[in-house]
Amino acid sequence: MARIFAYIVHKAGVPDDSAFELAAAARKIDGAASPTAILTGWGADLDAACKTLGASYPEIWKIANEALAYPNAELVRKALVKVLPSGSIVLVPHEHFGIDLAPGLSIKTNSAFVSDVLDIAGVEGADLKVVRQEFGGQVSAHVRCDISSGAVVTIRPGAFKAGEAASGGGLVVDKSNEVGALAAGRRYLETVVAEAGDVDITKYNVLVSIGRGIQEKDNVAIAQELADAMGAAVSCSRPVVDAKWMEKSRQVGSSGKTVKPKVYLACGISGSFQHLAGLKGSPFLIAINKNPKAPIFQVADVGIVDDILEFLPELTNKVREMRSVA
Amino acid sequence: MEILVCARRVPDTSENEIQLNSAGDDIERDELVYSINEADNYAVEEALQIVARVGGNVTVATVGGEDDEEILRREMAMGANHGVMISDEAFSGSDGRGIATILKAFVQKGHYDLILTGIQAEDGGAQVGGMLAALLDYPFASLVNSIEVLEGKKLKVSREIAGGNKEMNEIDLPCVLSIQTGINEPRYVGMKGIRQVASVPIPTFSASDLGLGANAVGEAAAKVKRVDYFVPALGKGAEILRGTREENINKVLELVAAKGGLK
Repeated sequence: MARIFAYIVHKAGVPDDSAFELAAAARKIDGAASPTAILTGWGADLDAACKTLGASYPEIWKIANEALAYPNAELVRKALVKVLPSGSIVLVPHEHFGIDLAPGLSIKTNSAFVSDVLDIAGVEGADLKVVRQEFGGQVSAHVRCDISSGAVVTIRPGAFKAGEAASGGGLVVDKSNEVGALAAGRRYLETVVAEAGDVDITKYNVLVSIGRGIQEKDNVAIAQELADAMGAAVSCSRPVVDAKWMEKSRQVGSSGKTVKPKVYLACGISGSFQHLAGLKGSPFLIAINKNPKAPIFQVADVGIVDDILEFLPELTNKVREMRSVA
Repeated sequence: MEILVCARRVPDTSENEIQLNSAGDDIERDELVYSINEADNYAVEEALQIVARVGGNVTVATVGGEDDEEILRREMAMGANHGVMISDEAFSGSDGRGIATILKAFVQKGHYDLILTGIQAEDGGAQVGGMLAALLDYPFASLVNSIEVLEGKKLKVSREIAGGNKEMNEIDLPCVLSIQTGINEPRYVGMKGIRQVASVPIPTFSASDLGLGANAVGEAAAKVKRVDYFVPALGKGAEILRGTREENINKVLELVAAKGGLK
């Protein structure tokens, strides 16, 4: 079996949660494997990340280069191509950096590529068999990937549970000298932090959250009226922001806000993993969707198959009625 | 600026319930509504807006078959100058790398300053743009949610990163960008617009036109193959309320209050 590497995303000296999830995925590919962590960066932050990884990885390959102080995917790719043994299996987290890095890395290492993997079904001969999702999570697929000349595999964040620190050891191998000077056609300028927005959805106990099922901008008022009656705020999923029906600051998800309400009313939201990644603290999740197959019903506590455009106004009336009696 | 947009026709998940066929080897495709992949449509709109600012042409290309021509016509009705069909029996069964290899051969037949793809297809792997860039040795940026044309054959682009933050980059042309949904507001296309481009010729490129051998693309070259589709065993799953609407509303209110949501 080929050597397995886990590409470690880290920031300010701290490895991302994905670092430990990749170790779990590697062990599922090859129970006998001791995956090697590989990471790029510069200075004290890089060394601090290497030290933390020692608890989970027996061997850590470090590539220190001033040009890699900020992770520019093109530069990181060029560094990895010089260092990785041919035929390696490289695991990369499927987030904004991994999406930038991984496809091109597979081309330059002449290896197979499979992305956004949720589970490992096993190794059969020269093939790695994995589980992916398609069509917004409505169906899953088994995918075979010929790994005889290596593979780059991106792993969905949160899909593998970080295990016990089974096989630490933490030998740091410095590979920096194998890299040399790096240049790229793309240069990082700065990070622009998201605007705060008019309402801070992270501060509410109840969120009335709307998705594509709200159908048009004028219907957002239906959710707002319910939220007003309940003392809640309106949040939303990505399609609502894409369509410019609500501000980005209202979006729950991996590319939006992370929220921790007590109750989350998912209204006309299908329930993509990117959306659910923004829900923390196990809120009580009530899903209302007219599609009985919507993936949100797999994760909700309570589900109602109904049209939100009819259900929500009646719910609002009932809340108002209750309030006026009380 | 000469801009190429690589687009695909896919089943529209917002319009369809996706179900398995009886053999379990594919989804049930008979009744599906197909449309242009959503992110690809944003890419075409972005290309049109760039050309409106700095001049140039927009070409939309797809690797597919006869049925896929409708999305080329649709994007031409939006304003794309050219539609191109890249089609050959030898292409069927291509994996992401195979599609990127086909597109590379097509790109090298022309002169494009900028190549755009959608970030991901409904049944895709967010892969072709990055692979195409690497095959061409062009710079690449993914998850792009704004583009500004700078002097000196460069762009300033922002990438969508975690928490709604934006990573700003400068990137040299020619380059490949994969476009995130929401970057713009794609213009509406009416039936009239589509009728107006109905008879515009769409050139077709085959494997031999592009100098592609059968061993470089298609099923034989594919290292990645989907074996089957399945519906995963549910977790706990929601408790579905099956009462009348009024009963369900009362239950929801009871639950919201019990969980500390109503004061």
